[in-house]
Amino acid sequence: MKKLLTVLIICLLSACASQNKQSAEVDDRAMAGGGSGSQDGAGAGGFGLSPLRDPNNILSQRSVYYDYDSYTIKSEYRELVLAHARYLRDNGDAKVLLQGNTDDRGSREYNLALGQKRANSVKNAMLLSGARDQQIEAVSLGEEKPRATGHGESAWAENRRTDILYQGEY
Amino acid sequence: MRVFTRYCYLALSLLLWSAQVHATLNIEIFGGGSKKIPVAIVPFSQEERLPQSITAIVSADLERTGLFKMVGTFGQTPHEPGDIVYADWQSRGASAIVIGSTHLLPDGRVDVRFRLMDVAKTSQITGFTGVVPSDQLRVAAHRIADIIYEALTGDMGVFSTRIAFVAKTGNKFALQIADSDGYNAHSIIEYSEPIISPAWSPDGSKIAYVSFENKKPVIYVQTLATRERKAVANFKGSNSAPAWSPNGDKLAVVLTLHGGSQIFLINADGSGLQRLAQSPGIDTEPNFSPDGRSIIFTSDRGGSPQIYRMAISGGNAGVAERLTFEGSYNVSPRFSPDGKSFTYIHRNGDRFNIALQGLANRQVQLLTDSKFDESPSFAPNGKMILYATEISGRGILSVVSSDGQTKQRLSSQTGDIREPSWGPLLKSQRNNHFIN
Repeated sequence: MKKLLTVLIICLLSACASQNKQSAEVDDRAMAGGGSGSQDGAGAGGFGLSPLRDPNNILSQRSVYYDYDSYTIKSEYRELVLAHARYLRDNGDAKVLLQGNTDDRGSREYNLALGQKRANSVKNAMLLSGARDQQIEAVSLGEEKPRATGHGESAWAENRRTDILYQGEY
Repeated sequence: MRVFTRYCYLALSLLLWSAQVHATLNIEIFGGGSKKIPVAIVPFSQEERLPQSITAIVSADLERTGLFKMVGTFGQTPHEPGDIVYADWQSRGASAIVIGSTHLLPDGRVDVRFRLMDVAKTSQITGFTGVVPSDQLRVAAHRIADIIYEALTGDMGVFSTRIAFVAKTGNKFALQIADSDGYNAHSIIEYSEPIISPAWSPDGSKIAYVSFENKKPVIYVQTLATRERKAVANFKGSNSAPAWSPNGDKLAVVLTLHGGSQIFLINADGSGLQRLAQSPGIDTEPNFSPDGRSIIFTSDRGGSPQIYRMAISGGNAGVAERLTFEGSYNVSPRFSPDGKSFTYIHRNGDRFNIALQGLANRQVQLLTDSKFDESPSFAPNGKMILYATEISGRGILSVVSSDGQTKQRLSSQTGDIREPSWGPLLKSQRNNHFIN
């Protein structure tokens, strides 16, 4: 329970952080993006809120978590990845950066390669569901940008993930 | 720029150093094999008036190699050969004794005189006098340590070389360069995003590294003298693990152009992309053999990360041979300077340790037993390995002798230190040792 709470708080915090970062400079672009989104009607949440930001829309969920030493997308994240793939398919101008991450055990460069495998797993799933190669860049941050610090399973689990960032968000 | 001027100045002042008294180098090795050479280092006269004790630095340098045993001076402080009572030093077990003097000159510079004396033969092995600016005392001390080391072991001294590493302080990442003992550290670049994998060009003039400033890993090459830098690999996907070819013309890099992490070759200016190896899994952390004909690298093609060797030219080019078989996690390989062995990180239970393996006999030796060791890097003479480790959650640098006998942390740096890389021995450093 405590672990779940921590994860929730971290998610909330990071959501706040990314929103703060964007609010000043990126609002215009976000509006434009939302406009084109609602024109073709794909996944639009209505009410002027971009589906990518609507907390009730699955597209606002941006992280895929993994088991130790694994880069397989777990079944609980399939729907999320599929939703983003559909959004990309329906919004040909949309672009995403997939950032793979790992925990901090072992070689930094090898972890960078492991994080790449994680990002690639999401990219490949998206390509299979209609997104196009030019829309997706899969990169790795390895162990360099931990969301949770410290040694221990809860921190490690939080850091084994791929983040989905849309253009304008990075 | 400051660094560059400093080293130019140093080279110049070394050339100007006069009266290099250098006896014949017929002293073979005091006590071979694992036996340590007993040396007494007497504090130089008037050292206490200097901002920096020279002999303290010399002692620390020599001790770090694990090849020397420091013999106490028991209050005896000879500064001239005539002051030495050799019988006393012989009875204390000293094979050699280091004496010297310092004189603060009116212009603020320091006149340093030093002699290395053979206790058994009661004669001088080597020595010099020189005038050093007071902010160059550490540099002068490292030169003295090099001269002593070379005279007593017959091997190259590496104390005047430099190291690079990344220091994290708060959310700031600094790529820093320091003397081989970790002192005199200064940043060559600072970011609010991570920097990893610094690699010295063979001539010591440039450093390649990976920066995350563009929200993804990109490889830069920075010229130290001008601070000018260039992105040499910024392809779609991730760009990482730069390794210089021995002649400095090319870099082996890891790119993800076709999905997984694979090793490519580019020219040092970023042109001429060429794929080096092809595997279905991860290939990363390339490192060139000293002759430039092959690389060793980490690959998980066999199911777990292991170290492989591959020729990059000739008939066997592209054929990889697995080198490590013990354990399920062997990463970060680096050739020894003579190309006969390699060091790497071996996971041993829940520990990550420095290992050394011969290429001919395949024998594995674990050199450390701490918990989180990373990024081993050979000294240019192959006698020591610099690596990153952790003490109470903070990253620090440590040095282990290649026989595993002596470990010492470099304790001068502050912040969270990682990603060390030992710089090359420059030609100027090598030639200036024994000017007659």
